[in-house]
Amino acid sequence: MSELARLTISELQSGFRSGSFTPADAVRAIEDRIRTTDEEIGAYLARDFESALAAAEIADVSLPLGGVPIGIKDVINVLGEQCTCGSKILAGYKAPYDATVISKLRAAGAIPFGKLNMDEFAMGSSTENSAYQITHNPWDTTRIPGGSSGGSAAAVAAREAFATLGSDTGGSIRQPAALCGVVGLKPSYGRVSRYGLVAFASSLDQIGPFARSTRDCAAILNAIAGKDPRDSTSLDLPQEDFSAGLGRDLKGVRLGIPKEYFVDGMDGRVREKVEAAIRQCESLGAELVEVSLPHTEYAIGVYYIIATAEASANLARFDGVRYGHRAKNPADLLDHYRRTREEGFGSEVKRRIILGTYVLSSGYYDAYYLRAQKVRTLIRRDFTAAFEKVDALVCPTSPDLAFKIGERVNDPLRMYLADIFTIAANLAGICGISVPCGLVEEEGKPLPVGLQFLGKPLDETRLLGIADAYEQSASREILAEIPAGLATATSSAR
Amino acid sequence: MSTPNLDVRDVARLARIELTDEEASTFQAQLGSVLEYVEQLKRLDVSQVEPTAHANPVFNVFREDVVKPGLERAAMLANAPHTANNLVVVTKVIEQP
Repeated sequence: MSELARLTISELQSGFRSGSFTPADAVRAIEDRIRTTDEEIGAYLARDFESALAAAEIADVSLPLGGVPIGIKDVINVLGEQCTCGSKILAGYKAPYDATVISKLRAAGAIPFGKLNMDEFAMGSSTENSAYQITHNPWDTTRIPGGSSGGSAAAVAAREAFATLGSDTGGSIRQPAALCGVVGLKPSYGRVSRYGLVAFASSLDQIGPFARSTRDCAAILNAIAGKDPRDSTSLDLPQEDFSAGLGRDLKGVRLGIPKEYFVDGMDGRVREKVEAAIRQCESLGAELVEVSLPHTEYAIGVYYIIATAEASANLARFDGVRYGHRAKNPADLLDHYRRTREEGFGSEVKRRIILGTYVLSSGYYDAYYLRAQKVRTLIRRDFTAAFEKVDALVCPTSPDLAFKIGERVNDPLRMYLADIFTIAANLAGICGISVPCGLVEEEGKPLPVGLQFLGKPLDETRLLGIADAYEQSASREILAEIPAGLATATSSAR
Repeated sequence: MSTPNLDVRDVARLARIELTDEEASTFQAQLGSVLEYVEQLKRLDVSQVEPTAHANPVFNVFREDVVKPGLERAAMLANAPHTANNLVVVTKVIEQP
């Protein structure tokens, strides 16, 4: 593997600017890596090396992300490229425009490159719900990379990308980042425009970066954040430098430990690593405070009502009329709709549309949807109260290590419960980040554990500063380690 | 606590999704257990709680009502499954008299 493929964005940029290598070299390093390892990993659904090289040749390396290739989850529109959302219903669709995050990346000099695998319409926690391919965890290819942004996380871990974009509706950035041993940031609701992101649950969706350092995540957030007239939920806030809090220690930082996040059912080894990481934060100067988020146990129930309700409405647009798959020779309009959607959607999407339609249907709306929205208020209040006492919360990202491919596909409820530590952040609209905090040996292979920091709404600068302080003291070795799960990962590459 | 009476076939019809017999029976069982799980929300007294629809209370975002260029017709039609004469062809919605 080329040494270049192992660099972080900031290392890449110093090299570009000093003239040690060029953006085209960086694209070739990624190309080389993808050609040798992606058959095993399955992170990319599409990649166009030629266009990326052409863009690299004319890249302006003086721009904030000048010449840096960034992989894109296949749920974000990139002009002229496919956008399948991991679904057969969008096979053959070509994006007629750039999403706002893509225009912003281009304006910052970055090169959007490739489309990454995902659970169909971002519905899942393992990327096994993709209609196209399975993505394998680079640390152990018999295991899932997490989801729904599994391709985005696995590509960064496998050195097939320097950084990528994903989307997070209930943990779809943070959970795969944890399971693949990379850094993943979910910005606060309203921070990043969703124009051009295919909608799953509009009151929860947020776009964010994956990278091999917190610093890189801050650089990408600097590029993609901001008010967009095309997304009325994006907030009009003063320009901010999200890297302003980097490079400090944790002196004077009050970190809350939510006691409800340390309960039975968590893998004991995950718990051990997370507790050690919290002690590490204390040694860096943080003051630890136990806090309570008493409505935590209701978060998954609330989420699966609200997210499916919103999805059932959002996915009504897939009707086989203006774009996407259309069933052949329909008998009438009803038959056209029903067969188009039967043929185009996979099982998990159908299940969630049916659940969402049910909780919104006449006679059940109050009992399910309205009640869930009220409990959502209680969950938000839990966080508001906790943040009166502390600057940020620290907890596990996922209760488990990466599980085996196929292990949970027939048990949706069990799959849903894997999101227990990430979902509440979306319901409350706060920001969160996952950084690696340890490796646990399982069947002879090290598997990463993620540490999650949760910040106040719109407090990304501080959140990134806290994560960076921890990362600098504890995660760098894990982030620098090439996952050993690949047959192509030789000892000389380590 | 009442057992949720979800009829998967009936709801799938409302959602405009055809289901195979196998899907219908699998989903019936799987969604039954999900609904049983969410019954826990009924333990809470929410009679005095306002619902949250969005994380940020942003309302009525307006823009100037002026015409702006949109996507070109050709770009719009390029993804349509069936077109003719620069139009999208749809399945017939009107019965023969």
